[in-house]
Amino acid sequence: MPELVITVARFGFLILLWIFVFTVVGVIRRDLFAGARSGRLVAAPRAVGASTGQAAKPAKVKRGRAAHQLMVTAGQLAGTRITLGESQITIGRAEDSTLVITDDYASARHARLVPRDGQWFVEDLGSTNGTYLDRAKVTGPTPVPLGVPIRIGRTSLELRP
Amino acid sequence: MTAAAVPATSPASTGEQPGVRLARSRRNAELSLLLLAMVLVAAYSATVEATALDTVTPDFWIPTAALGLVFLGLHLVIRWLAPFADPALLPAVALLNGIGVGFLRRYDLAQAAPADREHLAIFAGTGGRQLAWTLAAVMLAAGLLVIMRDHRSLSRYAYTLGLAGIVLVMIPAVLPARFSEINNAKLWIRIGGFSIQPGEFAKLALLTFFAYYLVRKREVLSLASRRVLGIDFPRGRDLGPVLVVWIISLLVLVFEKDLGTSLLYFGMFVVTLYIATERVSWLLIGLILFFGGAYLAYVLGSTVGGPFANFYLRAEIWLDPFGDPYDKGYQLVQGLLTLGTGGLFGAGPGGGQPTLLPEVQTDFIFAGIGEEIGLFGLSALLVVYLLIVERGLRAALAVRDSFGKLLAGGLAFTLGLQVFVIVGGISKLIPLTGQTTPFLSAGGSSLMANWLLIAVLLRVSDGARRPVTPGGPAVRPSGGPPEQLHGAPTEVIRP
Repeated sequence: MPELVITVARFGFLILLWIFVFTVVGVIRRDLFAGARSGRLVAAPRAVGASTGQAAKPAKVKRGRAAHQLMVTAGQLAGTRITLGESQITIGRAEDSTLVITDDYASARHARLVPRDGQWFVEDLGSTNGTYLDRAKVTGPTPVPLGVPIRIGRTSLELRP
Repeated sequence: MTAAAVPATSPASTGEQPGVRLARSRRNAELSLLLLAMVLVAAYSATVEATALDTVTPDFWIPTAALGLVFLGLHLVIRWLAPFADPALLPAVALLNGIGVGFLRRYDLAQAAPADREHLAIFAGTGGRQLAWTLAAVMLAAGLLVIMRDHRSLSRYAYTLGLAGIVLVMIPAVLPARFSEINNAKLWIRIGGFSIQPGEFAKLALLTFFAYYLVRKREVLSLASRRVLGIDFPRGRDLGPVLVVWIISLLVLVFEKDLGTSLLYFGMFVVTLYIATERVSWLLIGLILFFGGAYLAYVLGSTVGGPFANFYLRAEIWLDPFGDPYDKGYQLVQGLLTLGTGGLFGAGPGGGQPTLLPEVQTDFIFAGIGEEIGLFGLSALLVVYLLIVERGLRAALAVRDSFGKLLAGGLAFTLGLQVFVIVGGISKLIPLTGQTTPFLSAGGSSLMANWLLIAVLLRVSDGARRPVTPGGPAVRPSGGPPEQLHGAPTEVIRP
């Protein structure tokens, strides 16, 4: 066997090994994002038009500042911050919620925040005591402006840039 | 997005998981990764033959093909019975196992007489035996997936498995040395020419028991506590089970002369305890107890000797391997030199001298491989291990029942700890102990136990990622959140 072939095989094997590693990482990564995307697809709120808002909405949102953080402003977890990504945020006492709140007045699965075209929507999940956006009770998916408190039991949350 | 926009879940269905779970099974990704892994294994065997024999024999691909076929079989079983299982687990493990078989065949090449080298039978030598064991182990894993359709069914046999685990651990300790001792460690059951290492299977059985026990006890363990220095410490009486396991693991250390296994059992228990209670104090207590025990054994070994002498010797070799490089420290020194010879890119597959390293086919396989693929390749293998552990922990995070969380978390951690113990041992980070490198080392017991572990992880990850069937709250295949959480009364505010 010529020396050159062996050298190529040697280093080719090492490179292929790392390509395998990065491909696996890629699959895992796509897996995570696929989860976020399909979650949004299934959870797309009915009221948010599939036909009407599609073109206009992104432009409208871009003018204002986008929300990057969810901050707990009152309640036991006051001061907690969650960095917002592309996946939805579930709030409740159930231990698999994104934000687990230990609040006697909250339900196991209380509410969730769903991103759609850069805008976050709050949706009540049939909680006993209801979810309030500022003073108004949330009945359907409602867009959440920056800095307006979402009230769940004794806890208040706000979107921050 | 337009047509697929399913109406939002109605507010009445609180109990249902909102559609966060991914609905895609990603089995095709698994298949293509598996093919890539097999291409890698074939490339490895070809390079080995090109370097060591100066020619590539026409049937270099046969072991790879046999492995590929049986992995493909497992892939089909997963497609059929666990369609939502993690797509990265099987290919990653297949790669490690394939490289292990390839390296052991390469070791056989080095051992064989020059005339026989080009005509090595498939199932001959260490590599051939490892190939046969792999085929058996993968079939066993597939069988487990067929029998166990839901990981929670394991919890029904928890006490049986716990008892079986303790018996399996104890057998080598009480058997006379001629039935149980190989290389000065009493870890084996030897019958005729056949030896099994029951500890590998005991690991799985004990972990299942731990997971079940802790799910039942975790409230007591995490609620009743005293606060000292900002950390919650459990009450004395709740420490009982931890102390029992600590004593058992010390007994293993003393009577079976095996630090690695005892570290493994103890670490396994402490970490499942930590996962169950989320108390950092358990980790602290665990570390203190383990280091205290190990130091005690070291001191006793230097003064009293007897059953502790072996441990003392190992620690001495670890502290100064070059003090006696031709006798006691020989193995470790050779391992370090082998790794050093490999350097950054290694001597190339087939280019090393694995016959110079004692126990290269079992304990020191990582050093043997390192000589040929160098630090660059070894770190890739370590990352593959890391990814396997990460996927296990991810399954634990995503699965919705506590037993599954503890089981998957504990199994993934145990796999990682075992890699740490042996790789740390050969690279002189910790005292060397005779652990197998999962999926690489020659040995049927280890392969079978680790493939069973992967089967359980696949099963749990399938449960974790399976989407909740839409509109059918009665069918919840992957285990709902604990009942009491749903039934928990919610106080009503009267405006």
